[in-house]
This record gives sequence, C-alpha cells and structure tokens, in this order.
Amino acid sequence: MNAQLMRLHGLIRKETLQILRDPSSIAIAFVLPTLLLLLFGYGVSLDARHIGLGLVVGQPSAAATSFTAQFRHSPYFTPHDFANEPAAETALNNGEIDGFIWLQGNFARALAAGQSPAIALFVNGVDANNARLIENYVQQSWAGWLSRQAALAGAANPAPIAIESRIWFNPAVSSRDYLVPGLIAVIMTLTGALLTALVIAREWERGTMEALMVTRVSMHEILIAKIIPYFLLGMGGMVASVLIAVFLFGVPLLGSLIVLTLASSLFMLASLGMGLLISTVAKNQFVAGQIAIITTFLPAFILSGFIFDISSMPLPIRLLTHIVAARYFVAILQTLFLAGTVWPVLLPNLFALLVMAVLFLGLARLTAHKRLD
Amino acid sequence: MPLRTESPAKALVISNVTRRFRVARRVITALDHVTTQTSAGLVTGLIGPDAAGKTTLMRLIAGLLRPDEGAISVFGTDVGANPLAVQGMISYMPQHFGLYEDLSVRENLDLYADLQGVPAAERPARYAELLHMTGLHPFTSRLAGRLSGGMKQKLGLACTLIRPPRLLLLDEPTVGVDPVSRRELWQIVDHLVRGAGMSVLLSTAYLDEAARCDEVLLLHEGQLIGTGKPEDFTRAMQGRSFLAHAAGSPKRALQTALASTPGVTDSLIQGEAVRLVLEAGMAPAAIQPAGIAGLTLSPTPPRFEDRFVDLLRAKTSARGATPAPLPPAATAAPRAGAAIEVAHLTKRFGAFAAVDDISFTVQHGEIFGLLGANGAGKSTTFRMLCGLLPATSGHLRVDGFDLRATAAAARGRLGYMAQKFSLYGDLSVIQNLRFFASAYGLRGAHRTRRISWALREFELDDYANATSHDLPLGFKQRMALACALMHEPGVLFLDEPTSGVDPLARREFWRRINALADQGVTVLVTTHFMDEAEYCDHLVIMAQGRILASGTSESLKTAARTAALPAPTMEDAFISLIAASSAKPEEQAA
Repeated sequence: MNAQLMRLHGLIRKETLQILRDPSSIAIAFVLPTLLLLLFGYGVSLDARHIGLGLVVGQPSAAATSFTAQFRHSPYFTPHDFANEPAAETALNNGEIDGFIWLQGNFARALAAGQSPAIALFVNGVDANNARLIENYVQQSWAGWLSRQAALAGAANPAPIAIESRIWFNPAVSSRDYLVPGLIAVIMTLTGALLTALVIAREWERGTMEALMVTRVSMHEILIAKIIPYFLLGMGGMVASVLIAVFLFGVPLLGSLIVLTLASSLFMLASLGMGLLISTVAKNQFVAGQIAIITTFLPAFILSGFIFDISSMPLPIRLLTHIVAARYFVAILQTLFLAGTVWPVLLPNLFALLVMAVLFLGLARLTAHKRLD
Repeated sequence: MPLRTESPAKALVISNVTRRFRVARRVITALDHVTTQTSAGLVTGLIGPDAAGKTTLMRLIAGLLRPDEGAISVFGTDVGANPLAVQGMISYMPQHFGLYEDLSVRENLDLYADLQGVPAAERPARYAELLHMTGLHPFTSRLAGRLSGGMKQKLGLACTLIRPPRLLLLDEPTVGVDPVSRRELWQIVDHLVRGAGMSVLLSTAYLDEAARCDEVLLLHEGQLIGTGKPEDFTRAMQGRSFLAHAAGSPKRALQTALASTPGVTDSLIQGEAVRLVLEAGMAPAAIQPAGIAGLTLSPTPPRFEDRFVDLLRAKTSARGATPAPLPPAATAAPRAGAAIEVAHLTKRFGAFAAVDDISFTVQHGEIFGLLGANGAGKSTTFRMLCGLLPATSGHLRVDGFDLRATAAAARGRLGYMAQKFSLYGDLSVIQNLRFFASAYGLRGAHRTRRISWALREFELDDYANATSHDLPLGFKQRMALACALMHEPGVLFLDEPTSGVDPLARREFWRRINALADQGVTVLVTTHFMDEAEYCDHLVIMAQGRILASGTSESLKTAARTAALPAPTMEDAFISLIAASSAKPEEQAA
C-alpha cells in the first residue's frame, strides 16, 4: 500500500469508528431528518381545515338553510350558529371563530323576488392566507349555490362562463405533497453542513487537528477523509427521508430514482463543502453550529422556494436566492416527486448544483491550510 | 561516511526569529529576535513560565505558524520553504495532545501508524515496544477517553513515537500530570534519546525539570535569557545558596528580615528554613539581618531556579531586590479555636467517593496545603469548604461557622482566588475592584477606602485603567488576590495560585501571603505543584479521595528518607507515599 493510500485508509477508518461510537453524528444524519419530517409533515400545512365559521341567519327560511348546509357539510369548516350579528362579532373579536356569514332578514324574500340578495362576510384578516381561503371558498360556494338555485328554478345559468378547473402535478392539491420534497432539501442542507462543520470544529477543540497537521498528511487528504464517510452518512439520511416521504406521507415519486440519486449526491457535496468552509473559520463546535444554521438552514428555509415563492420576492432577494444551493435542489425534488423526469426543468438545476458543489469544495480547499495562522 | 560531515550536528538552527500576534488592537510580541541552536541526539529543555513563548516556538518549528522575521531549519531543512519535508522528520506532541477519546488505545496507535507510514510488518514489534515502555499493554482495548491523565499523556507520547522521528517536539508533556506519571514520562524520554539517538525539544514551566535536560534554553517574555547546560546555570550560582535558621525567630519573621538585608538577593521559605541566595562574592558571615539573633547559615546546592531569579533580577533591576515594606494589619481579630475543622468529610457522586472520610484541622494564621495529583479529591474538598457543594456526610466548620447550617455566613468570611484568576477580562482593573467590592457588600466610604487600599498595597495604581486581560500574568494574579481580599476575609482559599507564574512574581505573591498569615489570616492552598508545598506550615497529601499523610514538609520528607535517597525532595516523598498506598490493597487481596 503506498503511503498516501495508507494515510487515507487510516483517517477514513478513524472517522468511521468515531461515527459508530459517537451517537451525535448518527443523530444528526438520521434522527434529525426523521424528527423534522414528522414535525413539518404533520404539523405544517398550508391547507385550511376546520376553520371556525360563524353563521348568522337573520330570519330562518328554506333557502337560508339550503345555503348554510354547504358549510355544515364541508370538511374545511366548523360552523357555529349565532342569533345575531353582534354576538358573532364578539366571537370573532375573541378569536373563537375566523369569520362569519350574515344572511340578513330579507334573504329569502329577495331571492324569491328574483333579486340577487346580498350576503355579508366578515373575515379575520390577521392570517392573510386563511382569510383569502375563506373568502374564496365562500364566494365560490355562493356562486355555485346561486346557479344551482337558478337551475332548480328552471332559469338559465346566470353566469356567462363556467370555469372547469383542473390541477396538474398535485391533483389532490395537498400542500403536504408539495412541502415534503422541499423539506427534504432543507433538512439535507442542515445535515450536510452541520455534520462536517461540527466534526472538524470538534477536532480543533480537542487538539486532535493540531496533532494531525504535523504528520505527513496533506490538507487534501484530511478533506477527502472527512468528505467520504460523511457523504455516505448524509446519503443514508437522504434515503431515510425519501422513504418517510413516500411510505409514511404517501407523497408520489414519479421521477427517475437515478436522477434523484445524482441530484442528491451533487447537493450533498455542495453541503459538505459548505460545512468544510465553515469549519475553516469556526474552530469551536458552538460557533460552527451557529454559523451552519444561520448560513445554510435559514436561507434554505426562507430563500429556496420551499415555502415562499421566489418569483414574488423583490429583485435583490431574488438575486440572492441564486447562491442558495437548496433553491436548485428544491426545484429538482418537487419536479421529480410530483411531475416526473422533466429534463428541461431538471438540467439547468442539476448544472447549477454541480457549479455549487465545485465552488464550495474548491473554496474549502483553498481556505484550508496546514497552519494555525 | 556521509553522516560524519553532519557531526557535530545541529538539530535545530533558529536565526533571529520574531513572531507577533495581533489581539484586538494590540500587538503582542510572543518571540523577540530569538537566535539559538540545539544539538542533535540530546534532550533540550525549553524552559520558561507561562506566556514566555514556548508554544509559539514549538509551532514555528513544526511549521504550523510562520515567523514574521527570521528562519528556522531542522537538520538543515528550512521550515518555511519546505514544511512537509520537515514534518516528515519530526513528531510533535501539542500541549493538549489530541487523542481520539472515542478510539481505543490500539486504534489510536493504528491511526498514527497509518499517518506516519509505518509498514504493517514492522508494527507488532513497534507496538509491543511502545506499550511496554508506557505500561499501557494491559489497556490496549480501552477507549482513550477512559484513561487517567498520566496514561493519556503516555499514549500521546507513544502515538508521536510510532515512527521514530529525528526530532521530537514535546510541548509541556508533564503539565498537570501526577508526580509518578511525570517521572515515568521522563524515563521514556531518557530511554529514547540514550537508546535511539533521537533529538528532543521539550518545553516545561517546571524549573526543577531543567536538571533532567542535557541543555537548556531559558525563555522569558519572548526573549531568550540564557542557554547552556543545566550545570552551567547552577555552577554560576556556586557558593551563593544557603539555608538559614535562627533559634527563637519564626521562619516568616526571619524571611522578612532577611529579604531586606543587604547582600541577600533572594530569600524563600523552604520547609522550616529560609533559603537564601547571596550576592556574588558575599561572605555568609557578613549577613546581619536586623533584629535576628543566632542566625546560622548552612550551604545548600544551588538550583536552576536560583540562576533564573538572578538573571531576571539583572534584567528587571527596576523591580528591586528588596520588596516594599509590609502594610499594617488590616484584618479582623482572630477568633479562638481552629479556623477550619473538617471531620469525617465524605462526598459521593453515585457510587464513586470523590472524597472519602477525611479529617484535618487548620489553626488561625496557618498556611495549610492540600497536595495531590489531578483527581485526588482536592477540588471537591475545596468546593465543600467554600459551601459550593453539599457534603454527603461529615462535619465542616470554617471560621466557626458550620457550613451545613450557615453556608452564606461562612462564605462572607472567606476569600477565594481561583486557579485561572476568574476576573472580568474586559473590565479595567479599577472596574473589577469596584465590582468585587460591591459584590462583597461594601459601600460608601468603606468601599472607597478598600479600593484605594488595593491599588496601593498591590501597586496597581499605574494599571488602574488598563483592561484586565492585557495585564501581565503577575499583575493579573495581584489583582485576583486584591479582589479576594476586598472584604477582609479571615480565611483565604487559593487554588494552585502560582503554577506557571515566573519566579519573581511567585516570590512577590508568597511575600504577601506570608504577611497575611502573620496578621492572622488563615490560608488554605491546593496544589499539585511540589514547590508550592514547601511554603506551607502544614500539609496533607491526598490520593483517590483519602488523606495519605499529613505533617510539615520537613516531616514528610524525613519519612521518605532511605539509604538510597538520603535527601528526598517533596516529590520523592509524594511518590513514596503513593507507592506505599497502592501496594496496600494488593497485600489485603493476597
């Protein structure tokens, strides 16, 4: 065995033994992704369900009952009845309901007279997302109910156009199917960067790095010996995350597994490179951990398009998102999971990931040197 | 033969090396135009107190740092030009050697064997030799993290020796190691050099280790203040060192008198005597301290430290040989009875007894030492005495207060100076003093008076507005002592107060402590530093949570006297006690 191979072999064996004996690496690679996926997968949902909706019916009538029945049978609402408008307003102010519909006393009469009666909708606008959902749903229900009433009455459809909407790529319009693939990217950012940054900072803290540097080991041997085991560990975490996504959350995986592996590998290398870069700056575990979270996890969370749509961001922020590797990986994952192997979307993103991996690993190699100053 | 041309070979050639560090906005000169050489095949001691620049020099030689000026070559190869080639010739053991604690002894050896390119065929023989030499062979499968401090240090040494280097760099290998392990480490080093012809550069802050080296580089505040064989250092002091006794004069009064006697350059309490160094050419009979009758001086062999002090005094003559006169007594009147009473004190952490049924009594105005290796139970005892840790069982009273009942009241009577001088480094000296005065509940005119007392008595006036962490080590120590004394405590606790401090600063520190003891302040010192034990009136030696022996330093040394060792040192006494105690359980088992 030549000397260089022997050194690499020794370092990788050491790293592997440490991973096996020190539960913290395993925890970061497997427990952290599982925990975050469960937390976000079950906890975070952008779909409105069980919204407390107040119903104020000024004068009970068959028409009013028929209209409000739509809300009583909807999975999206939990209806509450109020005798009058002030009572509903109080409940809204107290946060007991998110909005209420007020059918005034002349509702049935106006309808019978062939007029289109006014209904009032009050919505708590603090949660803008929820408010918009309620508004849209109520408007759609109202329009739908009116046209059905008209059809029953034998009149022509009052609406000039009927919209037949069809939702592609996520037919169930489930936000979980959309969030979970993006979440995998966020988690893998943290795992990849945190693993390497912490492990190297630990070597600085314990003085093992100083001892290592005075041997004949060259810097790129030290880096390669760190990358290989943690790459494998990180990919293990990736596999676990994909399995959880597909089998626990039932997210469809339509694209090619080979492309998924390729993209994950590139992304993992970029993340590890980021971690190595952090470790050349931060020489204790606490600082390394903080930097890793602030420079990788938060941007991946906010600027990757995983939750917040990139195209609606202001231009400077949009430009900033281009240096967030997770952005490209989120796009790839969402495409591969929900749309399939769509090369025109995948290729530019894969290329960007390749550039990111080369950039971060290259920077890490340039900044790491066998000196303390 | 080509080797002939290298002889007499130089292992290291250091030419005019300067290295500065920028800390915040200040520039610290860690090494200041150092020029020297070391010989191949010898143990060279790099000796100096903390912050002398020892570690910086080691790192420069190892190629981990670059010098600002000058050059270093190792066996003729320039470190700056070719660091990898130099790293191929050397092994370096940093101060806190990085063992992989979650790897076993064997796995650590395997790693370094791979890194150093030791062929697989040579390994079994090499491992056997190293494990035998370090006494680690019964522990090859134990995780390095589970080894004792001394064993870790030996494993670190074994790892750096896995492939015999031409030059071995050891940065303070004996710091914090118990005396038994320290002696074993030195045996390994001796064996290596004498047996394998290796060159060694070993740094240490323990001046007594100079005598074990073949040649010595003496470093102080970044400057090389002496080089040569250790005998050269002591020979220069020949005929100037004496032990002084005076019937009827207590040792502290005698030391105080001698310190201001003309012709005396250095005086130090050692056991029951006062150790003196006289000016060159001074006759012992000419020493006439004021107010002391019946003085007898007996010659004693000079020590390395004597020369160091002499060189330092020559360099810093401004500091003067005669210390400032002692301040008037400023402490509360001593109470009747013992200052500290400890009876059957035990502290258990789970099944492990950190302190196991210890008893001792400290009288008012006594300097009392707790001596022991790391892990002997000193710190645990200390924390219980300070009321920071509740005892599992037993009694302890400090200055008449039962710590189990009135810990807060007892704490008001104690001053505590931690090992690393726990001060606020970002605050100025005066801000620290004000803070500690307030923390101890001093206010108004009393507070102002104590702060000006501290500035005057500890000569901190010139530094009042300096940021604490910029102070020289000796001044930090003064300030820490000033803070601990702010509330005029009756009992003062010192945790390894002078380890690593330069000998002049240490003398000054102990002069103050002696003055306090004379005023009736009780002083309790914990240390693993044998020299500090000599300053104590009374000592207990602890190991594994128990008291092995107690007495004066004289009586402990006398007990260790054998035919083979007619004049044992404190360290010899310690080692013989440890050896005796570890032999006992085996007798019982047999």
